Amino acid sequence: MRAALKPLFDPLLRDNPVTVQILGICSALAVTTSMTTALTMSLALTAVLMASSAVISLIRHHIPAQIRLILQITIIAAMVIVADLILQAYAYAISQRLSIFVSLIVTNCIVLGRAEAFAMSNPVGASILDALGNGAGYSAILMVIAFVRELLGFGTLFGITIFPTVADGGWYQPFGFMLLAPSAFMLLGLLVWALRIWRVEQVEPAATHVDREEALS
Amino acid sequence: MTDLFLRAVFADNLILSFFLGVCTFLAVSKRVETALGLGAAIIVILTITVPVNQLILTWLLAPGAWGWIGAGDVDLTFLRLIAFIGVIAAMVQVLEMVLDRFAPALYAALGIYLPLITVNCAILGGSLFMAERSYGFGESIVFGFGSGLGWALAIIALAAIRERLAYADMPAGLRGLGMTFIVTGLMSMAFTAFATMAAP
Repeated sequence: MRAALKPLFDPLLRDNPVTVQILGICSALAVTTSMTTALTMSLALTAVLMASSAVISLIRHHIPAQIRLILQITIIAAMVIVADLILQAYAYAISQRLSIFVSLIVTNCIVLGRAEAFAMSNPVGASILDALGNGAGYSAILMVIAFVRELLGFGTLFGITIFPTVADGGWYQPFGFMLLAPSAFMLLGLLVWALRIWRVEQVEPAATHVDREEALS
Repeated sequence: MTDLFLRAVFADNLILSFFLGVCTFLAVSKRVETALGLGAAIIVILTITVPVNQLILTWLLAPGAWGWIGAGDVDLTFLRLIAFIGVIAAMVQVLEMVLDRFAPALYAALGIYLPLITVNCAILGGSLFMAERSYGFGESIVFGFGSGLGWALAIIALAAIRERLAYADMPAGLRGLGMTFIVTGLMSMAFTAFATMAAP
């Protein structure tokens, strides 16, 4: 049982796509100024990832090796277009705020990476679990960063006031820096640091003496 | 135009304010030489694909584009994502062949980075921003070149900093990825300061 669920739970922490594999950061940060957009983006990515992994795994025996990349990209692009149209139909205001970032799921390395590394060589059930696990691992990072940025930047969570701001007659002076791009990079850096203090095995090896010599030459 | 160019290079820098292409940015920024090669490739590809996609969007996909054969109510804009990806993949391929034929030295230098670029978010993002902000043909050339230049500047600067970081003494958990993010954050702050330059 544990072995069967490995693809689902491993990507959450031990092998997280964002902080360990360094995949999919492109789209991960731009939508984290509010929890609502971050959650929508997470759901969209997870749905696209599961759908494309399922389809690719289903037809994996019929895909010729030479054209597999272009085929995978086309399948993913089709799924992304569907997700984008659904968002525009049922959640227009949020789809406007997400702007081009839903479309950019196509080039998100997590989706293509999982298709190539897992779905191409595993049965449908395991591929869907793996997709769900990686989607959840990505979502977890997104939600943590969005939580900090929205809470400190606006004093709200999901648009609900937590810290009444000075402008509304409360006591909280919003930390405007949290709404700018640099804060997302720094928060992610600090998050990686925190995770590596806890999970020491993820620490990168120090540059050796040879590396330094090489860098100098 | 100058205003658009400066905005594309600094204030609206694709990496530092829209986080586009960060995966490649982190993976290929350990050495200045490789960063230079990748930066050059990105400039060329963005300068070509953004205007080409603009033409395709205006003349093939936009509502009413098929009016001349009496199909004025056909709206193919939902296909823009697939069309853009196709154009980018094709352009990368064509550029590879042209460079191989006419500039073998440059081809050898850029070689391994060209295929990588097909799935770089910055390239697709450039075209999508062009579509969303409805730039004209001239504007899309300036925008493509400007954002490519901004991307190249950022990756070369980061590579130069990372070469020096190898000597820095820092907490073990911060080594590598963590510190790179924080340095990128500081660079991003510096670039936001240029925002005032673009909008006087």
